[in-house]
Amino acid sequence: MRQLEWSALVHALPFLWQGLQTSFVLVALAMAGGIALGTMIAVVRLSAPRPVAVLAAGYVNGLRSIPLIMVIFWFYLLVPLFIGRPVGAFTSALIAFTLFEAAYYSEIMRAGIGGISGGQMAAALAVGMSRMQAYRYVILPQALRRMAPVLLTQSIALFQDSSLVYVIGLHDFMTSVGIVANREARLVEFYLFAALVYFAICHAASRLVKRLSRRMATA
Amino acid sequence: MQYHWNWSILVAQPYVGWLLDGVTWTLLVAGAAWIIALAIGCTIGVLSTLPGRTARLVATAYVDVFRNIPLLLQLFLWYFVLPELLPGAFGLWIKRDMPMPEYWFSVAGIGCFTAARIAEQVRAGIEAVGTGQRMAAAAMGLTVAQAYRYILLPLAARNVLPPLTSEALNIIKNSSLALTIGVLELTGQSRQIEASTFQGIEALTAATAIYVLLTLGVIAAMRALERRVAIPGTLGRG
Repeated sequence: MRQLEWSALVHALPFLWQGLQTSFVLVALAMAGGIALGTMIAVVRLSAPRPVAVLAAGYVNGLRSIPLIMVIFWFYLLVPLFIGRPVGAFTSALIAFTLFEAAYYSEIMRAGIGGISGGQMAAALAVGMSRMQAYRYVILPQALRRMAPVLLTQSIALFQDSSLVYVIGLHDFMTSVGIVANREARLVEFYLFAALVYFAICHAASRLVKRLSRRMATA
Repeated sequence: MQYHWNWSILVAQPYVGWLLDGVTWTLLVAGAAWIIALAIGCTIGVLSTLPGRTARLVATAYVDVFRNIPLLLQLFLWYFVLPELLPGAFGLWIKRDMPMPEYWFSVAGIGCFTAARIAEQVRAGIEAVGTGQRMAAAAMGLTVAQAYRYILLPLAARNVLPPLTSEALNIIKNSSLALTIGVLELTGQSRQIEASTFQGIEALTAATAIYVLLTLGVIAAMRALERRVAIPGTLGRG
């Protein structure tokens, strides 16, 4: 066992901070897009004509049965082919994460919508709302609020999963740590530091979520 | 951009062999990790429901640590960091003489990570049995160990089967991370084919299809198991 040496870490902090910011931006955008798309898929599965609903179910189950790394590789390959010119790793990762997480968010939203009493929909239709309006003004606000803790927990998982962009070399926090660790030949110090950072962020976030769901339970 | 299709590489050697190799390694990683995950996960899950305070603290600490660090980083910690931190001779043996370190460390890493998730399911499964059963067991004069052995665990095991199915699926999917420390499992092999033939779409399609088949296989097997052990007269479909 050798002596640990932390000075290289201090010098690398600005670079790592940039990586962490990239991670945060990627997660925030994928979360917003994923929840929006996931909610739409959930609504489609619950009230669109049968063939469309089956298609949406196929999308969700298909994406949930393949590894995220595979999805990241797929989009890294496909996005440039579709657009016709090279795009950065960030764009393809963002698309991959949004579409992938939408499958998971949609399952959460489906459960949330399923938990709302049928009387709400009946009442909304009875006062003359269209089905879309009923979802928009009555059902979804309640479902989103009820499922907020679960959606946030899924987003913490998304933050951890975002480290997988390492495989396509996007400079997020994980990749940045890997780069400096190898350059300085200080794998032990840098990876331990990264573990500490991820642990602190995820642990704090999940405590906040727990507090939120307790407050909602009593409210 | 122009893409030249060539699906025939999927039935040409050596690429068929590579894919089969990949499936084998995926199953070897996932299978061995699953054994570790079940063993540790059940132990930690039971610990977290025991009356003692220390047991609960140990269980919470384990779950907290292994759930709040990304799996990719956990694999790096096992593979790059642990051997450096182990004392002299043992660390040296790992670095120089250990056979297939990338395989064993992916198994350990994925196993311990999944164990934390299984522990949570096991805890929920035991809690779902209800305190009534626990108190009834105590009233009958059973010791804590007997109560777990004869009452709580057999009932909890059935509660836990459905969530275990999704963990079994997760472990197959997560075994793809082993490629980051050099195990050429299914995803890794499909990348290898892409690199040497430039037929990325074909290679990824093959791997994706195989993952879907594996998933369907696991779901069917777990359903069969659930039906076999269902208790007649309960709401579980017997």
